[in-house]
Amino acid sequence: MASIAHKILASHAGVQQVEPGQIVEARVDRCMINDITGPLTLNVLSELGSDIPNPDLLVVVLDHQSPAASVAAASEHTRLRRLRERGVEVHEVGEGVCHQVFIERGHAYPGALIVGADSHTCTYGALGAFATGIGSTEMAYVLVRGSLWFRVPENFKIVVEGHLPEGVLAKDLILHIIGEVGADGANYYAVEFHGETIRQLEVSDRMTLCNMGVEMGAKSAIVPPDEKTLRWLEGRGVPARPVTSDPETEWEKEAHFDVSKLEPQVACPHRVDNVRPVVEVEGVEIDQAFLGSCTNGRLEDLQQAARVLKGKRVKEGVRLVVSPASREVYMEALRTGVLRTIVEAGGVVVPPGCAACMGGHVGILAPGEVCISSSNRNFKGRMGSPKAEIYLASPLTVAASAVNGKITDPREYV
Amino acid sequence: MSTDDIIAGKYLVGLSGEEMARHVMENLDPDFPKRVRPGDVILAGRNFGCGSSREHAPLALRAAGISAVVALSFARIFYRNAINLGLPVLTCKSTEGFQSGDEVRLDLEEFRLTNLKTGAVLQLDPLPPFVMEILKAGGLIPYLKSR
Repeated sequence: MASIAHKILASHAGVQQVEPGQIVEARVDRCMINDITGPLTLNVLSELGSDIPNPDLLVVVLDHQSPAASVAAASEHTRLRRLRERGVEVHEVGEGVCHQVFIERGHAYPGALIVGADSHTCTYGALGAFATGIGSTEMAYVLVRGSLWFRVPENFKIVVEGHLPEGVLAKDLILHIIGEVGADGANYYAVEFHGETIRQLEVSDRMTLCNMGVEMGAKSAIVPPDEKTLRWLEGRGVPARPVTSDPETEWEKEAHFDVSKLEPQVACPHRVDNVRPVVEVEGVEIDQAFLGSCTNGRLEDLQQAARVLKGKRVKEGVRLVVSPASREVYMEALRTGVLRTIVEAGGVVVPPGCAACMGGHVGILAPGEVCISSSNRNFKGRMGSPKAEIYLASPLTVAASAVNGKITDPREYV
Repeated sequence: MSTDDIIAGKYLVGLSGEEMARHVMENLDPDFPKRVRPGDVILAGRNFGCGSSREHAPLALRAAGISAVVALSFARIFYRNAINLGLPVLTCKSTEGFQSGDEVRLDLEEFRLTNLKTGAVLQLDPLPPFVMEILKAGGLIPYLKSR
C-alpha cells in the first residue's frame, strides 16, 4: 500500500514499510557531485582524514564552469580530477550538465536511491528513481558510510489528463503546476505524476517535469516507470525492472489538472511560481534569450526551437545563447542539422554545461536587462545583476521571443 | 528568501566563509552584511532558503555571525545543510510581536524566542534529540569526529 518513494526508502532501509514522519537510515545506490558542490565535499573528506571506500558510488561532473572562467574554478577542477586516481568516474569539461550526463551514462534507473549535491537531482525521478538533493557536507558523510538518514515524506499525487495542445510543451505544464501549487506547495513531499498526459510524455519531457519538482519544494518527483522508461534504458544498456506505486497508496495531498486548453506559460520575475499565460506578458522587450540547462537543453528542446528559428533571424540587438545539455546532444544536433539552423539564425552556441543558468559563468545580465530562459530559476540576481529580470519559458517560447525581440506566443510560429 | 538571495552564484567559487559573509543577502539589502552583529538571529516567513542545495548559503550566514534562523517554514535542503553546519534552524507558528532590531533571547532547551524589548514570546517547534546532538557538537563533522 505504498508510493514508489516509500517502497524505495523501505527496501533500502531494510524494512517492510515506512510511514510519513518516520526517520530511516537508507543505503544509497549512487551519488553525484559537480564543480560547485564537489570542492566542499573534498574539504570535508580531508578534514575527516577519510578516503572513499567505494569509488563506484560516486559520479563527478565538471559543468558549472565548463570550461573554467577563473583561476579559482580551474584549480577546483584540478582537485576534482584527482579523484580519478581513486577510481572515481569524473566527467570532463564539455561533457555536459551533471544531471544530463548522469542519466545518459545509465546511473539512474527505476528503484534506485540516489543523492546528488545539487538541488535538481530530483530530475532522475523521470526514470523512476528516488533522487534528492543534499549538501556537500552530508555528501561526504554518504561517501564514507554508504547510507543516509531520511525523514519519510508525505505523498503528493499530481494527476494530469487531456492532450497538450499544439505549441504547448512539458515546460508549460510544469510551470502551470508550480504556479498553482506554489513554491512551497510540495515542501517535503514525495510527488508522483499520474494521468494520461504524463504517460504520453517522452522521457525527455518527463525529465523537464521532474527537474522542476524542487521548485515547488518537493523532496522527490517521480514518474512511474513504464514501457517508455524501459525502452529508453534498454537503448543505453541499462537493465531495469519497473517499480510502481499501489492503487491503494495513501496520498496526503492530491492535485488534478486538465491540460486540453493549456496555453504557453511564463514564470515572471522574480519567483518561479509567479506564473502567467504568455499572452499576458507578450510584448515585453528582451535583451537575451537562453536555451539550455538540465531543464530544457536536450535534443528535443533544441529541435523545438529549430522549428521556430528555421529560415528566420534572431532580432538585432538580442542575443540567443544556446548550450546543448551534453556532448551527446551537441553531436546529435550537429548531425541532424538542428545546430546549423540555430547558428544560421544567429544563435550563439556555448559549450555543454550550465552556461547562463546560474550567473556564474557566461551570458551574464547587465542592470536593466531582460532575459527569457529555458532554465529553472528566476530569482533576483540569478543570472547576474540584481537589477535584471528573468522570465522562464519553454524552448518554443524562448525561440519565438528571440526572433521577435520581445516575449512572444510561440503558437504564431508552429 | 532563496539561496540566490542569501549568496549569489558569482560568489560560489574559491571564496572563504569570511569572504562570502561580506556579500550575504546583498542583492536584497546591500547594508545587511555591515549591520549583522555576532549572535544575531534571523526571523523569517515561509520557505526560507528555497532553491539551490548550495551549502555556501548557511555557511555564509554563519560566517557573518548569524547564530540561528527562526522561520515559519524552511526549504528542505537548506534546513539539512544548516543543521549539518551547526546553524540552528527552528520553525514557529507566527512571527508576530517581533521587529527588525529587537533584542532577543533564544533558549534552545525550552525552544523559546523571547523579545527582550516587548516581552513577546514565541514558542518554537522542538528539534529531535539527534539533531540537537549534531548542533551541540557544532555540526555533522565535529559530531562524527567525536564518535
